[in-house]
Amino acid sequence: MHQEAAIRPPLILGHRTYGDITADVIAPIENKASTTWYVLLTIASLIATYGVGCILYLISHGIGSWGLNKTIDWAWDITNFVWWVGIGHAGTLISAVLLLFRQRWRMAVNRSAEAMTIFAVMMAAVFPMIHMGRIWLAYFVFPLPNQFGSLWVNFNSPLLWDVFAISTYFSVSIVYWYIGLIPDFATIRDQVVKKWQKKFYGILSFGWSGNAKAWQRFEEVSLVLAGLATPLVFSVHSVVSMDFATSLVPGWHSTIFPPYFVAGAIFSGFAMVQTLLLVMRKAMKLEAYVTRKHVEYMNIVIMVTGGIVAVAYGTEFFMSWYSGVEYEAYTYMSVGAATGQYAWAFWALIICNILIPSMLWFKPIRTSFFWAWAISIVINVGMWFERFDIIVLCLHHDYLPSSWTMFYPTWVDVGTFLGTIGIFFTLYLLFARFFPVLAFNELKTILKGSGESYKGDVLPKSQH
Amino acid sequence: MANRVIYAVYEDPELLKGAARKLVTAGVKVRDVFSPFPVHGIDPIIGLKRTRLGIVSFMFGSLGLSLALLGTYYMMIYDWPMDIGGKPNENFYQNIAAFVPVLFEFTVLCAAHGMAITYLIRNKTLPGMPGRNPDPRSTNDKFIIELRTEDNHGHDADAITGMLRETPVFEINERQC
Repeated sequence: MHQEAAIRPPLILGHRTYGDITADVIAPIENKASTTWYVLLTIASLIATYGVGCILYLISHGIGSWGLNKTIDWAWDITNFVWWVGIGHAGTLISAVLLLFRQRWRMAVNRSAEAMTIFAVMMAAVFPMIHMGRIWLAYFVFPLPNQFGSLWVNFNSPLLWDVFAISTYFSVSIVYWYIGLIPDFATIRDQVVKKWQKKFYGILSFGWSGNAKAWQRFEEVSLVLAGLATPLVFSVHSVVSMDFATSLVPGWHSTIFPPYFVAGAIFSGFAMVQTLLLVMRKAMKLEAYVTRKHVEYMNIVIMVTGGIVAVAYGTEFFMSWYSGVEYEAYTYMSVGAATGQYAWAFWALIICNILIPSMLWFKPIRTSFFWAWAISIVINVGMWFERFDIIVLCLHHDYLPSSWTMFYPTWVDVGTFLGTIGIFFTLYLLFARFFPVLAFNELKTILKGSGESYKGDVLPKSQH
Repeated sequence: MANRVIYAVYEDPELLKGAARKLVTAGVKVRDVFSPFPVHGIDPIIGLKRTRLGIVSFMFGSLGLSLALLGTYYMMIYDWPMDIGGKPNENFYQNIAAFVPVLFEFTVLCAAHGMAITYLIRNKTLPGMPGRNPDPRSTNDKFIIELRTEDNHGHDADAITGMLRETPVFEINERQC
């Protein structure tokens, strides 16, 4: 067994045995759901229903029911798309990249982060579909033989690369997540007593037995999938950024977009992981597994990626000024943006993404559960503004002053966006109720190396 | 003599490994090991060969890349070449750079799904299959060695049980089959 330095803080607190870990994670599944859960689920599903209504209204009335105009022809739709895809980058990053780097703290975080990833990518996929207008023709994005001559999709286009990148990312994330879930479902199947639960988890566990060969294959598959998913994570947001970077719109036409977008995606993804995990930690009594140290590690990732994003903003600002090109004067990082009609959006971005997250440089703040949670919400807002600024600010002052305009969202814009948040939280609440929220069988492998009662001279709490 | 299956239950992966090593040294064949999480280092002790799933993944990846190359060549160059932005699709080698994202994604798609499907089939884990672990505790906190008398003609069941009792075993269960 791998041993960890005694000086490192433990990752599993208290005196816990293998059986305790199972019991702690299964308890919320076996017990009745709390009233809070029902209240939250009701609110989330009501918002989700309203969102579905807005989407149906949009499909039946057309894209004109959004606030788009001929100057600003992408706005909240693609903002929301990029925001959700960005959020959907944390899960696979945590489980794949941190697996390759042998970061053991990921084991308490990866399951819920992957679930969040999958739900976020589902929400992201909604927007390109509905912004096509005629959603019933959405299958045209796939290279299918058809009766219109030989009308193929354009493999030179980043929009098509997006189709391949996001569908691959989504399906590979689901497979990766589920393969990890199978042994945990098997444990639940063997532990629960209620008949329907035995049957339900029996089906979900695919008849997993946990023999030596199965575990050997499991480890191989986890490693190879991590190796495949790592470049995949980076490719997806690179491709999303190329939707903008390969165009000729000032402010979008920028070579630093791929690495800058990937950093931004990880930044926002980790923020969303914190937002959800810190609440779940309290609600599901997982304090022993998601510790202060986990929060600090995640905040360090947020600081690094936030730093990359801040440098990218600086570079964009400098380059648009230094180029001296008049069309660059109103891009999202320019003096025009900082002082013009959209100054509020510009400063929202700077405050939420640079100034407030900078507080994480202070150790008391980045190790505080409350501040980590509060700052994570600010980052979520800031990253939404980043995409809004990139899209709307770069478009609103185009080449022809007579077509300069502002963007005003309609109730359908707002409803669609809120609706996806509602659907996301509905799915996440269902996940937290019926699925094991920690990869607990994986956690057992680090109990001896990183558990408090096994590390160094620390005695189990009960013996103090 | 009827075939007997012996399950030796341990409370810790290290104890199980020690016991398995002792049994194998004494010439007893271990049929299988059941555990709630991978027991590192058990494979060479009980004589498991390394899995070839990595090779499977490579082969599916190669298949995906080939299909993607063929598809992009056929659609963009052969069947309906288009002049996009003054860059005619005449030669594959001049246009391939623009297809790299799709080639990459399709390679990953095939490698990941091909390997995952092979993994599920090889493990015999598919929806609706019954669990085949001998004891429900083996997915929670117990580690089980399975031995069969049919594998060990040199040793009878009592001799094996005797050997197991010398190891730090938690309990020993037997069943006929």
